[in-house]
Amino acid sequence: MTDLASAIRVTISLAAVTTLCLLVIATPIGWWLSRSRNLFKDIVTAVVALPIVLPPTVLGFYLLVAMGPKSPLMDLLHPFGIRTLNFSFAGLVIGSIVYSLPFAVQPIRNAFESLGQRPFDVAATLRASPLDTFFTVAIPMARKGFLTAALLVFAHTVGEFGVVLMIGGAIPGKTEVVSIRIWQMVEQLDWPNAHRLAGGLLVFAFAMLLSLLLIDRRWGAKHA
Amino acid sequence: MLDAAFSVPAQGVTAIWGPSGSGKTTLLCAIAGLTRLEGHVKIGADVWQDGQRFVPVHKRRVGYVFQEASLLPHLSVRGNLDFAIKRNGGHRVDFDGLVERLKLTTLLSRSVGKLSGGERQRVALARALVSAPEILLMDEPLSSLDGEAKAEIVPMIATLSRETGLPILYVSHDAYEVERLADRILRLSKGRIIDMPDMAFNASLDGLTEGQIRALAEAALKAGIKG
Repeated sequence: MTDLASAIRVTISLAAVTTLCLLVIATPIGWWLSRSRNLFKDIVTAVVALPIVLPPTVLGFYLLVAMGPKSPLMDLLHPFGIRTLNFSFAGLVIGSIVYSLPFAVQPIRNAFESLGQRPFDVAATLRASPLDTFFTVAIPMARKGFLTAALLVFAHTVGEFGVVLMIGGAIPGKTEVVSIRIWQMVEQLDWPNAHRLAGGLLVFAFAMLLSLLLIDRRWGAKHA
Repeated sequence: MLDAAFSVPAQGVTAIWGPSGSGKTTLLCAIAGLTRLEGHVKIGADVWQDGQRFVPVHKRRVGYVFQEASLLPHLSVRGNLDFAIKRNGGHRVDFDGLVERLKLTTLLSRSVGKLSGGERQRVALARALVSAPEILLMDEPLSSLDGEAKAEIVPMIATLSRETGLPILYVSHDAYEVERLADRILRLSKGRIIDMPDMAFNASLDGLTEGQIRALAEAALKAGIKG
């Protein structure tokens, strides 16, 4: 049972850290995509969406290579005594960030786009600089998008399997998450525990989706 | 097409009058700097735009009341007013007097989503005024309101204009508003000014001698786009 507790702990920490990192990373990307008329925009949109269509094993494979000891990216970390990020919690976080990126960027981008030009014009005529406007108008007005992004990323990270298995290696207490634990329980024919854990995740996923809908309904009505 | 040049005393209400599609809104946006056109804009001694420079909107002391309510929806009525006061460069404003004049006292703590059209435009007007502008631009601010709300706000604008001495450019195609408010009228048609008050004649009409005219608001703006 301690194995299970540590798997739950790793899963929740991974989802929480990934969510926080992605809110920070996806905000400038979503902002740029919502405001730019650049031709690059379509390319960036496609790149951001890639993790949705790629098999997790493909994504996991490339991440494994990129974070491995022979990767040029890892050369940058050599001065800090880091040879590889594979099979570590930090590596899992990076993998989860890439894997869930579209689920953070899309709602944030949509929220920014739905603001239109008017609030920005208003803020400018009230002498708010563009940076001031970003923090005091754009972000608070797009808060529903941020909440949606946070819930989606958290839930999606909890539901991850392929990527975390490839780059994490399922080390108990370190990189073994709940979804992998279920798979191992089934392998060991431990059906009762697999049932319990799978049921728990089912309830969790349902609660997340339900709260998304409730947020949408409540805030949607408020804005109209 | 817009090709408009004018020069009016920077005091009182100057109505910009014309049918829809004549370029009134484009002209106002260009004066505020929200739209970038070729030309120059000068308010009193301040050059906002000429051949070399284009002062960004947030560095112009301009007040703008948009046609539809444009209150920031994530802030209360007071939050909207405070947003403007915080950024008005430390100018002192008669907040209480203004709130009373525009009958906003009981609305201050309300969320802006729960205001009527007339209430919203009164808040928008108050917000523009507490931002301590040098000139107030109003783009058909009453066009979406019913007669009753209009009749309530028009005298408020007239009083505020008189008391504050703030020059107002007032875009409208409503004869009643123009008649009640305007000290002078610029008529716009198909992007051109077709009728501009003769300055000397107009000054005496306003009851001002040329010596009393403190400053001019001038603009000459051109654009190839449709207004």
